[in-house]
Amino acid sequence: MLDVSGLSKTYGEGERVTHAIAELSFSVAEGEFVCVVGPSGCGKTTLLRCMAGLLAPTSGRVTLRGHVVDGPPEQIGFVFQEYSRSLMPWLSLRDNIALPLRHKALGRDERNRLVEDAVESVGLTGFMDHYPWELSGGMQQRVAIARALAYQPEILLMDEPFASVDAQTRADLEDLVLRVRTAYGVTVVFVTHDIDEAVYLGDRVVVLTPPPTAVQEVLPVGLPEPRDQVETKELPEFAHLRAHIFRSIKRKQPDAPDLPTPT
Amino acid sequence: MVAQRVRAARPRARTVAQTWSGVAAVLLLAEVAARTGLLPRRYFPPVTEMFAELGRQTTETSFWSAVGQTLQGWALGLGIAAAFAVPIGMLLGTSAVRYRAFRVIIEFLRPIPSVALVPLAILVYGVGLESKVFLAAFAAFWPLLIQTLYGMQDVDPVALDTARVFRLGRVERLTRVVLPGAVPYVATGLRISSSVALILAVTAELVIGSPGLGREINAARVGGATDLLYALIIVTGLLGWVLNALFAAGERRVLHWHPSQRGAR
Ligand SMILES: Nc1ncnc2c1ncn2[C@@H]1O[C@H](COP(=O)(O)OP(=O)(O)OP(=O)(O)O)[C@@H](O)[C@H]1O
Ligand SMILES: [Mg+2]
Repeated sequence: MLDVSGLSKTYGEGERVTHAIAELSFSVAEGEFVCVVGPSGCGKTTLLRCMAGLLAPTSGRVTLRGHVVDGPPEQIGFVFQEYSRSLMPWLSLRDNIALPLRHKALGRDERNRLVEDAVESVGLTGFMDHYPWELSGGMQQRVAIARALAYQPEILLMDEPFASVDAQTRADLEDLVLRVRTAYGVTVVFVTHDIDEAVYLGDRVVVLTPPPTAVQEVLPVGLPEPRDQVETKELPEFAHLRAHIFRSIKRKQPDAPDLPTPT
Repeated sequence: MVAQRVRAARPRARTVAQTWSGVAAVLLLAEVAARTGLLPRRYFPPVTEMFAELGRQTTETSFWSAVGQTLQGWALGLGIAAAFAVPIGMLLGTSAVRYRAFRVIIEFLRPIPSVALVPLAILVYGVGLESKVFLAAFAAFWPLLIQTLYGMQDVDPVALDTARVFRLGRVERLTRVVLPGAVPYVATGLRISSSVALILAVTAELVIGSPGLGREINAARVGGATDLLYALIIVTGLLGWVLNALFAAGERRVLHWHPSQRGAR
């Protein structure tokens, strides 16, 4: 459904040139949950912004159902890594979440219901009339997630959305995203630097190399559904997968000892 | 609840006392200096006499009409400036091409001291209200234009990307994302322009002789009424202070979400 082919992105020129992404190709199937892991600064945000049509790639392209993405498609919802800057400080939670819905052809009741459902699912009922800056960082992040959910996208692109919440909230939000995904059949591309999270959530994990960035490997996860915070993480396959990704990333680092490549 | 009120009230009373103790000290010093002859009485009457004269003036209708005329010049000048500066700032601030096209003109016109336009104003508009309004509007236009321009350009790129990715229309993007972010700048611009407009209104009255406080000040000098001269100067200062306080209060209401005002809710 969403294909990234031969994508590369270079920022700046001359002395200050940054080759953020050397060359990347992978595809995301309809309804799939794909996690992208990679070290900090390897171009995960850059990749996601290209996929959302917010950034033009230097070469290569992103296609959505065969159409080249050259601007934000309406099927895509986005959760920004800089979540607090993506919320408008002059709008209450209600208005922030309703902001992208205003131009959709929805009745007022329908719109209110979407907003309320989304807020309830991230556990912020009762903060509807607060302003974002009256909330903690983790709560703001949940607002950004609620806004993307209320938008009812076919594809949800999430850029390290759980980076600043505590472990318990994080687990709850992970399960929330999994539930939403099953309930609405949303396709999810989820960027994280947390290998456990990638394995727990994903149908497949795309492992990126450190810069110059390329795809290190694409790993099918194949853990039983539905995932469970305790049981899934106890499975030997889970431990296996995360160890494999750890080694895979480590192998790429220059100072890492040579290990036999698993086939 | 009641106990809290009392506790909150006491430090407030103290800050008020601190604020006014400085004022009282300066006034007292000026009074003593004038009474003892340290300052020449002919040019610097005792403060009490200035205020006594001011008190007398408040019972005169001519005084109030002068205040009204000055305020009229201020209001019309500021209003006209705002009516042009804000839309023009929005137009130029939302397009790099338009901004580049007009930047040189702005950079050339802006540094012209408005007072240099006095002869032109007299030539075109005569010595009445219109000249005063023209000068005030010209001077007030620039700070407001520049602030609006800055405001339109200082939009968080992540907020703009948010608007793009959620496909907000042009109007929504402007009214919900760009403009609210520019309001703090426009508010500051209004406050600066308000002072500038008042200064130019009084200047026009002094120099051209348009009716208002400035002309009364000149008349007081010619008539040798030093007490009145000072009383009128005090009034212009008070006017500026009151107008500034009004704008600051307005800002607090409109910008309750802004980091600078959040505590004040
Ligand atoms: N607007 C920009 N201009 C110039 N260079 C940029 C820009 N955005 C990102 N880069 C560079 O591109 C590289 C990848 O950045 P990116 O933000 O995509 O990394 P990331 O994988 O998301 O990192 P993190 O995990 O820390 O969020 C970095 O070297 C960064 O310095
Ligand atoms: Mg990033």
